[in-house]
Amino acid sequence: MHRKKRVLIAGALFITATIVSGLAFYVRADALPAEREIHITAKKFEFTPETITLKKGEPVVLVLSSQDRKHGFHLREFGIRADVNPGETARIQFTPNKTGKFIFSCDVFCGEGHEDMTGTMVVTE
Amino acid sequence: MGEMDRRGFIKLAGLGGGIVFASSLGLNTLGSVLDYANGYAGKKVEKDFYFVQLSDTHWGFSGPKVNPDAEGTLKKAVQVVNSLEEQPDFIVFTGDLTHTTDDVQVRKDRMAQFKDIVGRLKVPTVHFMAGEHDASLDRGDAYQQFFGKLNYTFDHKDVHFIVLDNVSDPGAIVGDSQLNWLKADLKQQKPDARIVVLTHRPLFDLYPDWDWATKDGAAVIDALMPHTNVTVFYGHIHQEHHQMTGHIAHHSAKSLMFPLPAPGSVPKKAAIPWDASAPYKGLGLRNIEAQVRQAKYGITELNLSGG
Repeated sequence: MHRKKRVLIAGALFITATIVSGLAFYVRADALPAEREIHITAKKFEFTPETITLKKGEPVVLVLSSQDRKHGFHLREFGIRADVNPGETARIQFTPNKTGKFIFSCDVFCGEGHEDMTGTMVVTE
Repeated sequence: MGEMDRRGFIKLAGLGGGIVFASSLGLNTLGSVLDYANGYAGKKVEKDFYFVQLSDTHWGFSGPKVNPDAEGTLKKAVQVVNSLEEQPDFIVFTGDLTHTTDDVQVRKDRMAQFKDIVGRLKVPTVHFMAGEHDASLDRGDAYQQFFGKLNYTFDHKDVHFIVLDNVSDPGAIVGDSQLNWLKADLKQQKPDARIVVLTHRPLFDLYPDWDWATKDGAAVIDALMPHTNVTVFYGHIHQEHHQMTGHIAHHSAKSLMFPLPAPGSVPKKAAIPWDASAPYKGLGLRNIEAQVRQAKYGITELNLSGG
């Protein structure tokens, strides 16, 4: 009888701990700000949108896709680069840590207008 | 070609209306050239020679505001080379022989036309290399049909030349396979061997935002570093530029179609418009005089105006 009581108490404690930790996780996840998704489309020979405005310290996800052929996305100032293949989506989590205007460019040669395929990321306070 | 004598050298230098020496070569080279001009030169060793570098001819480009003589500039350059009294030992074309196109047949037509025009050069030995405009859209398939291998080596009078391909991969890399090939080749060379690397893009980060870099270029430079006498000649940036990475000198050449602005000097890279008051301004070719024993290379810039 005494042993049965101990098992019951242990079981109750386990269930309680599970519920509490689950609640804690839920609350914490709920407290995190949702990362804003920035969709960028690449096609010969432009990025759309060409200008992206972000806030310093705001976490975002860059969602990159191509409408025609393989391109590259290179944001050198933040050490970010990715291949952008047609039929695929590249996702880059990113939090800008400085303000200014930064050029991003296609770094996979894609044809005659390749060198004009650039865009600007504006990061404000 | 035999040994280039003083008279021939001065005549050669006069063609372009003056001599411009790569600043990174330093006073020693300038001094040696002044020695020539003053007649104080020591006897040139038997193995000294010179070659001509032409680059970024972009055959097939069309843009009257940038170059209204797009179909005549390459031919003019061929005439300039052919008019040199002392012909060079050989000629190198450091990439972007043709202007890019998505149309495979047009690409091949341009390569055939280019080959026909440069076939009029008197010098029998011409070494070609590809630029991204020639080779990035088909990984060098058409280029190889017309001009042969993308990377190779050749030796000339105790100088070992290494042609590196940093364009057929559209991601602007040399790649592991070629890097291993390079390392194997360098193993065969003595530490003080005279080595010249010919390539299209800069191997160092000149201005990556404008694609003026090779992504794995640092690995190439690392491989070259143990060798004490290495010089790199390249194209791609359509202007003269000289830079050192350690003891390795890098020299870029002018274009024969349109000049580009200095690295990062304008917000957006664009061809510099044609100056009607100074036709062919910013375009040109160069003679490179190899002083083999000293492992030095005197660069003489030649323009197309004949002035």
